[in-house]
Amino acid sequence: MALLDVRCVSSGYGEMTILRDISLRVDPGEVVTLIGPNGAGKSTLLKTIFGLLRPTGGQILFEDTDITGLNPPALVRRGMSYVPQVDNVFPSLTVQENLEMGAFVRHDSFVERLEEIYAFFPALGLKRKQRVGGLSGGERQMVAMGRALMLDPRLLLLDEPSAGLSPRLVRIVFEKMAEINQTGVALLIVEQNAREALRLSHRGYVMASGEVRLEGEGSQLVQDEEVRRLYLGGRR
Amino acid sequence: MTELIAYGVVLGSIIALGAIGLTLLYGVLRFAHFAHGDLMTLGAYVVLLLNADLLPALGIPELKLGPLSFGGRMLGALVVSMAVTALVALLIDRILYHPLRARRSSPVILAMASLGMAFILRSLIYIIWGPQFLFYSQELRPAWELPLAVRLKPDQLLILVMVLCLVLLLYWFLQRTKLGKAMRATADNPQLAWVCGIDTGRVTAWTWVLGAALAAAAGVLYGIDAQLRPDMGWSFLLPLFAAVILGGIGSPLGALVGGIILGVVQQVSTAFLLPTYKPAVAFLVLILLLFVRPRGLFGGT
Amino acid sequence: MDVSGLLSYAVSLAIMGGIYAVFTLGLNVQWGYTGLFNIGIAGFFAVGAYTSALMTTPMPEGVYATYVQQLVGLDLPFPLGLVGAMVVSGILGLIIGIPTLRLRDDYLAIATIGIAESIRLIFNNESWLANGPRGLTGLPQPLRSWVEPQHYNYLYLIVVLVSVAVVYWAIERGVRSPWGRVLRAVREDEVAAAMHGKNVFAFKLQALVLGAAIMGLGGALYAHYVRAISPDAFTPLFGTFLIWVMLMLGGSGNNKGAILGAFLVWGIWTGSTFVTDQTLPPAWAARAPYVRFLLIGLILEAIILLRPRGLLGEERRVSTLLEE
Repeated sequence: MALLDVRCVSSGYGEMTILRDISLRVDPGEVVTLIGPNGAGKSTLLKTIFGLLRPTGGQILFEDTDITGLNPPALVRRGMSYVPQVDNVFPSLTVQENLEMGAFVRHDSFVERLEEIYAFFPALGLKRKQRVGGLSGGERQMVAMGRALMLDPRLLLLDEPSAGLSPRLVRIVFEKMAEINQTGVALLIVEQNAREALRLSHRGYVMASGEVRLEGEGSQLVQDEEVRRLYLGGRR
Repeated sequence: MTELIAYGVVLGSIIALGAIGLTLLYGVLRFAHFAHGDLMTLGAYVVLLLNADLLPALGIPELKLGPLSFGGRMLGALVVSMAVTALVALLIDRILYHPLRARRSSPVILAMASLGMAFILRSLIYIIWGPQFLFYSQELRPAWELPLAVRLKPDQLLILVMVLCLVLLLYWFLQRTKLGKAMRATADNPQLAWVCGIDTGRVTAWTWVLGAALAAAAGVLYGIDAQLRPDMGWSFLLPLFAAVILGGIGSPLGALVGGIILGVVQQVSTAFLLPTYKPAVAFLVLILLLFVRPRGLFGGT
Repeated sequence: MDVSGLLSYAVSLAIMGGIYAVFTLGLNVQWGYTGLFNIGIAGFFAVGAYTSALMTTPMPEGVYATYVQQLVGLDLPFPLGLVGAMVVSGILGLIIGIPTLRLRDDYLAIATIGIAESIRLIFNNESWLANGPRGLTGLPQPLRSWVEPQHYNYLYLIVVLVSVAVVYWAIERGVRSPWGRVLRAVREDEVAAAMHGKNVFAFKLQALVLGAAIMGLGGALYAHYVRAISPDAFTPLFGTFLIWVMLMLGGSGNNKGAILGAFLVWGIWTGSTFVTDQTLPPAWAARAPYVRFLLIGLILEAIILLRPRGLLGEERRVSTLLEE
């Protein structure tokens, strides 16, 4: 059973169609990466899956249940979570409060979960009471991811998690994502940093102009000539 | 002069209560709520209805509280009025602003709708109570002599105490409760709040409840100190907005500080200008602000 | 009511409708075409009225000087009063626009409320300016000697209608010009317009000033019709809110809509007197005006919720260049 099953989904903004008949799938515990040029519709696809955009056609299934068109709060309750690319933290709230917002739909105490997240991101554990607005880009990304993990999702959607970060931080972010995956969380990642992302992934999809052009295992795609030329900088 | 400043702080605390509600609405709902002053008026008149008509008719006596011009019954009426005003605000939101938001109307359209609501509320008050000045109590209470040549009536001291209590309550709510934090989060980033699973409908409702309740309290406190007239809230509109902008839109602390400053500036201005010019003074402060520091003291937006 | 009574009533209705049409056209330039949220129309209204009054009346002398104070009394002819009203009102628009137009929409709104309120307070309290709360009376009317007193209003109606026509024509020309197209572009998408190199601030300021001047004209026409003005004629309801309802009902972005809305709403406003006279019990007579305020407010909300484009909606044809 696929964890996430996207079937022939079309979507866009108003009159503009961005996605045409996209199909993809994510299995439980998998890391799947979407790569492709700007404007390919990768972010749009994530937003459509997570209910921020209404699809104009097709179907989306999560754990065999039809979730097409459900809104974010409903999806959060079902075990899916989303980290947007920009504006992905609450700057005037503290680190702790940001994490707490991730657990908004829970009505019981989640102190244990908080400690688990802090164990995952030790740097944050030291800065619990600090306003996130004053943190560095890398720390903010940690907060964003930590927030998304508060409800122990089975699938985590990430939109360009390494965007705007220094190479050292990029490596750390990818390490963190690998660690997260090791706890059993499936990841669907949109990335510009194709090489690193594919290395981490079980499978990948190459998108362009709103369609899936190529699909394959992560290691395969990394070695594919076409892909290398177009998206991996053409170097060996 | 100290007397002017002292009274300015009292007036400023009333402005602050209204401004805090206004800035919360600005931050969470992102529009200029021009009917906020008239919510103050509504709150004041509801207390009048309760305390002067309804409760006495039910045989509930006033419980005198020492040197104050009012008593326990009035305070009870205040609490009820805050609840009633909150309900009215929720109703208005459901009928008017919610459909406009669903249609993705621009903030200007929402502001225009709130302007219409301001006139509607004011008309209703004119119709029901008439244009004359009304008072909660005709008793004259002498002022107390306090240190630093400050003379304040006991009513006015109570106003300060009440504002302080309400502000502390609000602080506790915003900083320590889940819903309060969700409100602050929504003000920061409404879409991310949605993504986290925050129930933005509940957040909106609570913002109206808080904003309207504080406005009602401000109106009542003003009524205790001065008088009730149907356009009392409208005349607060300029000081309210000036306080909000001075403090930085969206910042309750800023609105508190801004309110007090505005109250003091307005009151001190009566040393050289006629008291009727107070709204114009607020306006002057506003214009100066827009020139010098449009973001305000604690502003970020 | 006999025919001549009915006729003269209709004429006075038409005059006020026409005067308000001028205001509504001015607002249309600011809001309908440029998207500026001006809720201080009463300020421009007042300034236009008072400027014309001060320019066209003589300084009080003799016995009158003990009752009436005013800053100036230039005793100039009526047309110069109109021009003066437009100029001073336009300058007021300039003064407000410069600090506020670079900032957010709602800052302009609040600033305009402030200006209108401050102007009212100044005229009310500074008696040396224009006689304070008692106001100015005996304002001259143009061509008074040409017709008999009981028929004068017909002449004034012509004056007003000519003014409406001139303003309408001028705005229509302006809107179809390249200048007008930029205005529309600014309203639709400021960022895009700025990226095209347009000085957005300058265009907004021009629209604000032009609209203000038109409102000043309206104020002057009003002053010379009623012949006596005082600060409480320029309330937020009569001076600002009514005009907004007129434009929203008629259709913002449409000059014909502006004129239609003005006559319609004025008709509803005065017509509702009959309704309240018939339906309200006598004890409520004093509250009748407020019932009518309520009605107007409800009308605005109904328009916003149910038909935001108004009756005529925005004009489709945007430029003569697109005729083919």
